[in-house]
Amino acid sequence: MNFETPDFLPVVPELFVLGMACLILVVDLFLSDRSRVVTYLMSQATLVGALVVTLGLSSPIAQVTMNGTFVLDPMATLLKSVVYIASFVAFLYAKDYLRARSLFKGEFFLLGLFAVLGMMVLISAHSMLTVYLGLELMSLSLYAMVALQRNSATASEAAMKYFILGAMASAMLLYGMSMLYGATGTLDLGELGARVQGAGPSSLVLVFGLVFLIVGIAFKLGAVPFHMWVPDVYHGAPTAVTLFVSSAPKLAAFAMLMRLLVDGLPGLHGHWQDMLILLAVLSVALGNVLAIAQANIKRLLAYSGISHVGFLLMGVLAGTPEGYAAGMYYAIAYVIMTLGGFGMVILMSRAGFEADRLEDYKGLNERSPWFALMMLILMFSMAGVPPFLGFWAKLAVLEAVVSIDLIWVAVVAVVFSVIGAFYYLRVVKYMYFDKPEDEHSLVAGSDLRFLLSANGLAVLGLGIFPGSLLALCASAIG
Amino acid sequence: MFSELPLLSLVIWTPILGGLLVLATGSHRRGGLQAKVLTLLVSLLTFALSVLLFTGFDTTTAEMQFTELQPWIATFNVYYHLGVDGISMPLIVLTTFTTALVVIAGWEVIKTKPAQYMAAFLILEGLMNGAFASLDAMLFYVFWEALLIPMFIIIGIWGGPNRVYATLKFFLYTFLGSVFMLVALIYLYFQTGTFEIGDFHAVQIGLTAQIWLFLAFLVAFAVKVPMWPVHTWLPDAHVEAPTGGSVILAAIMLKLGAYGFLRFSLPITPDASHSLDWLMILLSLVAVVYIGFVALIQQDMKKLIAYSSISHMGFVTLGFFVAFSIFENTGSWRGVAMGIEGGMVQMISHGFVSGAMFLCVGVLYDRLHSRQIADYGGVVNTMPLFAGFMVLFAMANAGLPGTAGFVGEFMVILSAFKANFWYAFLAATTLILGAAYTLWMVKRVIYGKVVHEGVATLKDINAREFLFLGVLAVAVLALGLWPAPLLEVMGPTVANLVEHIAVSKL
Repeated sequence: MNFETPDFLPVVPELFVLGMACLILVVDLFLSDRSRVVTYLMSQATLVGALVVTLGLSSPIAQVTMNGTFVLDPMATLLKSVVYIASFVAFLYAKDYLRARSLFKGEFFLLGLFAVLGMMVLISAHSMLTVYLGLELMSLSLYAMVALQRNSATASEAAMKYFILGAMASAMLLYGMSMLYGATGTLDLGELGARVQGAGPSSLVLVFGLVFLIVGIAFKLGAVPFHMWVPDVYHGAPTAVTLFVSSAPKLAAFAMLMRLLVDGLPGLHGHWQDMLILLAVLSVALGNVLAIAQANIKRLLAYSGISHVGFLLMGVLAGTPEGYAAGMYYAIAYVIMTLGGFGMVILMSRAGFEADRLEDYKGLNERSPWFALMMLILMFSMAGVPPFLGFWAKLAVLEAVVSIDLIWVAVVAVVFSVIGAFYYLRVVKYMYFDKPEDEHSLVAGSDLRFLLSANGLAVLGLGIFPGSLLALCASAIG
Repeated sequence: MFSELPLLSLVIWTPILGGLLVLATGSHRRGGLQAKVLTLLVSLLTFALSVLLFTGFDTTTAEMQFTELQPWIATFNVYYHLGVDGISMPLIVLTTFTTALVVIAGWEVIKTKPAQYMAAFLILEGLMNGAFASLDAMLFYVFWEALLIPMFIIIGIWGGPNRVYATLKFFLYTFLGSVFMLVALIYLYFQTGTFEIGDFHAVQIGLTAQIWLFLAFLVAFAVKVPMWPVHTWLPDAHVEAPTGGSVILAAIMLKLGAYGFLRFSLPITPDASHSLDWLMILLSLVAVVYIGFVALIQQDMKKLIAYSSISHMGFVTLGFFVAFSIFENTGSWRGVAMGIEGGMVQMISHGFVSGAMFLCVGVLYDRLHSRQIADYGGVVNTMPLFAGFMVLFAMANAGLPGTAGFVGEFMVILSAFKANFWYAFLAATTLILGAAYTLWMVKRVIYGKVVHEGVATLKDINAREFLFLGVLAVAVLALGLWPAPLLEVMGPTVANLVEHIAVSKL
């Protein structure tokens, strides 16, 4: 048997994170609760190190290795970099929150790191097996993170829901993959793309398999009608976990969409375009309308996230490089905004007080004008009002759908984004137009305050100078 | 010596950065005195800069002047492209002028968070200047939308009892209108490959596409103007807004919509404008006549002026869109310019007059905390100086010859005659209606016997109030007696616009 040593260089970031995670796992065993901060610092160092390694390995040419199961291309480099940064930010936001609720354990950071590893594998997948491997590693870590607060009934319920529905979705995905494998005889995504092209777009078994793939992807993204888990999980999980679940995994799910549909099934574009239009329009509509009825800010941000996923899908469904770049830009913009949004919830909370009702934001402008301004920036950005980051993201995906003459999709999207503006404005209304009911001063540490300010200012700065990030996304798609 | 300065960037960014500075340094202690002084200095500086625009303006050409061009977003082909012509330059001067007055008007009145109040107005000023000065459609859209944010905050924090409802309605109405324009702009982007407004003007578009584009722009601009039947946000917003907010809304924000018709609708979709001009004329006349009657029955002074604003803005849109009927009647494009120029003059004069009227109501409201006409009566006995000003502005609002209000209305009615007798007849009813609702209000508020205790104790205007009312009175009279400089500034641009819309794009 001919055994070839694969090129390990493109996999070094994954190996590094894996190695560090195992090391931290052992170190954490010997730490007392008081010195738990070492685990935190090591985890953060791991993310920084992974970022350095990934950027050091970046090259404009796609490298396929490990017998064609793994690819390192500019898209993977960019998405992984954002995953590290988002996870770094999420860990930092989480630290004080967890400590105040005696959840400051090594498990949070370890599970987080394993989830990051899963995302990395998923982002670099070049075979359906790798996709599944990465997805499961990520998902299982996330299920466990949601259940971290063992004595909380809502958290346990959320974790159960997430786990059972997630397992169903994984099963669907596997089923779809098995059909594609049966029809084409390959798991390699590049090879699959070539064979599907040859089989012609009307092959029934391929389309059938495609449907199951899309169900799996839509579940992970949280697109309507596979969104049921999102509000319950976001609401039930501790805010620190919600923050993590809502940010970096979206990038991984976007990568899964790109790998499976764009790399693997470009020949079925006509079919998956129709399905994605349906998912996108439903997500934008339902997400925005249901968010209006929410009184809990975590649920509100969950439904808002669903509508953002709809916008993201609009970029991808265009099927053009500009559209993919727009989708990626939207995903990154969403992650930056949602980190800020849940970061604000963490900032406002303290031991025994979750600050997750909309009323808790009353009169924030009196209590802390600076952070009220940050939240104002985040809310208007999510609503898609210029000059903030969220506007350019919306513009990019709207351009993508208009470029393929789907003007009606663009019109539906903008109309629902106006409806959506209402609930973002309501948060601003509570902060600015109402008197405070809660006179406690904010207790968050200075590192959180600093990073949250940077996060808000980034939304403004990237809105006034959107050029570089847009160019980065465009060049990553190539 | 000033011609090398990037004047347009300066009138945009001086107030915005000044506003951020006020926000960062201004404490609310001692009534926010430091913030107020800083704001006044910044707004006066900006006004001075805009005066340089006026004095340095070349009135012989329709070319864009003071242009600045920098790449901004390469991926979307968006440029930081600024420039003004005879249409936008007067509006920028109006903006900086009005903002300075509003800062003075809010000096002692605003007690809660004065630093934030002042900063919001400065940022708003910069954004409005940016919208008028943008030659790139996406840049325009960014300014156009972004200025909703400070206005939303201004009405919401410093407004009246029903302010939350009013400000949400204001924001959502205008936002809904604008997003259709966004889709239209993206569509035009794929027709031309750029967001240059100049290229949009030049591109050939089929009639069906033009009509859709026209309607998309119409939704955006009609809400802003506002035209009947999408005007309902305006009375709410005006009534609930603080005085300064009402002044800016009436004097400048409404002009943005009318400006949009001149910059986008007419030149980009001339054929659609031609085939749908009946709709525009109809809506304008409904605004003039029907809203005039609505104004007649108002009990609230601010609401009355708000409805009178809608009615007056109907004149502006009427002046713009009678162009095609004049051409059909007379067979020549000469004479069309007068209607458009009349609309433009009406915009500027309405900026002065409505601003002045809202400030007058503000003066009364600060004293008695009521806007109800019935709560006043006989004000002239205790505030003779103020009564003089209010009567003058009321006359201007009614379109008395010699005041600013007359020039624009007269020009529009005159050109409407060339189009169709009945257009002119209906438009001219405003001379009666306008006089009726304004003077009746003045009669009930200013004249008569003092019947309320509050009125008897009123103090006449102080030096600060005299200052801003006096400056406005001079402006109203100057524009009414000698409108030539303004007409000279806009002449070549309007002539060029008329030439442009005379050529079919089909």
